[in-house]
Amino acid sequence: MTAPAGSLSPRLREIAEDFSSVPDSQRLQLLLEFSEELPELPARFAGHQDLLEKVPECQTPLFLAVEVDADGITHLFFDAPREAPTTRGFAGILHAGLDGADADEVLATPGEFCNQLGLQDLVSPLRLRGMAAMLARIKRQVRDQRS
Amino acid sequence: MGLPSDSAPKFQDYAHPEMLVTTEWLADHLDDPGLVVAESDEDVLLYETGHIPGAVKLDWHTELNDPVTRDYVDGAGFARLMSEKGISRDSTLVLYGDRNNWWAAYALWVCTLFGHPDLRLLDGGRAKWIAEGRPVSTDPPQRTRTDYPVVERDDTMFRAFRDQVLSHLGQPLIDVRSPGEYTGELLHMPDYPQEGALRGGHIPGARSVPWSRAAADDATFRSRGELEAIYQDEAGLRPDDPVVVYCRIGERSSHTWFVLHHLLGYPQVRNYDGSWTEWGNSVKAPIRRGDSP
Repeated sequence: MTAPAGSLSPRLREIAEDFSSVPDSQRLQLLLEFSEELPELPARFAGHQDLLEKVPECQTPLFLAVEVDADGITHLFFDAPREAPTTRGFAGILHAGLDGADADEVLATPGEFCNQLGLQDLVSPLRLRGMAAMLARIKRQVRDQRS
Repeated sequence: MGLPSDSAPKFQDYAHPEMLVTTEWLADHLDDPGLVVAESDEDVLLYETGHIPGAVKLDWHTELNDPVTRDYVDGAGFARLMSEKGISRDSTLVLYGDRNNWWAAYALWVCTLFGHPDLRLLDGGRAKWIAEGRPVSTDPPQRTRTDYPVVERDDTMFRAFRDQVLSHLGQPLIDVRSPGEYTGELLHMPDYPQEGALRGGHIPGARSVPWSRAAADDATFRSRGELEAIYQDEAGLRPDDPVVVYCRIGERSSHTWFVLHHLLGYPQVRNYDGSWTEWGNSVKAPIRRGDSP
């Protein structure tokens, strides 16, 4: 299955619609929910930060790992501190939207997805670029693992 | 009238001891009617995860800045904001936040431009309150809307603009950024790559004193003696010096402004909020690279 470039996975599209359909005041609350839903890092990664890729573009250090399995399904793992809920929230959105997605779907995700959530007026541009960097690093890892 | 000052012995050594409160003092006065507590964080979601009970949120990015022009809100905008938060002109406003009160000091500095009479910082900020196991709440604060008067912002005393900094050259300047930003190796803060400038380095003559040196490990301010050792013995400032402080956009330097003006009592300290994102992008602005001022 190939996804056309620039298209969103069905789950990511739902998330973008959820964000754009709520008023500003509830958008941060929604982001907070995603930060709370981000799964814990599996035990096999604990204490092995060398197995994770650092995302220095995020204001608070965040680490991620990407695995593409034999069926071409992408699995995402994040290590984001609880005292940085915004960064955790971004990781939560990408996890909810792309974990379990086909590698092609991940690669088709447009870089400007992060600007489709209506967060520009609520979150500083610097932080949104941190989320874009997370997505770019995920896509690069997926591409590397497939080739 | 505002609330009584915190008489904690440590504060009595500072030039303006009434500008700080301890976590104990705040816990004891949390229900006092003349008090409003406001949280101002770097992470815009941190307040929502739990805040000091009754505290309102003051967002540096969306509320204190003008949404279009690179400037702070005007008198009418400030009055609207304060009224919405339920803050009166005679409220004792205690600010606190994450990261050693970095953004809380910024909010306090902006409120100072509007001359809010009774402003205080919670020594140790959010980290100390939580480390001590004090209560936090996710309940939205219930505050009645107030009618805060329109007071125009006064930028003359505590704010410096680019041209004023140019004419200040030769007089004391403190660069509060990280050492790599000061020397010009980095065009941004470590881990903050995109808020950059076209040129790296520092304003000629500026001494490097990274802002967080003024904070102890528990996020409280260092004692007066320790601060004098840093800013006077090391950086060579004299108490009657007119000083300009700057960083990247003026937030970290608000913390140093607070230290120099309120804790050490320097009468003339101005924060250059244009800071490196203006200076390092300004055509023909003089720049020095390397370790020396």
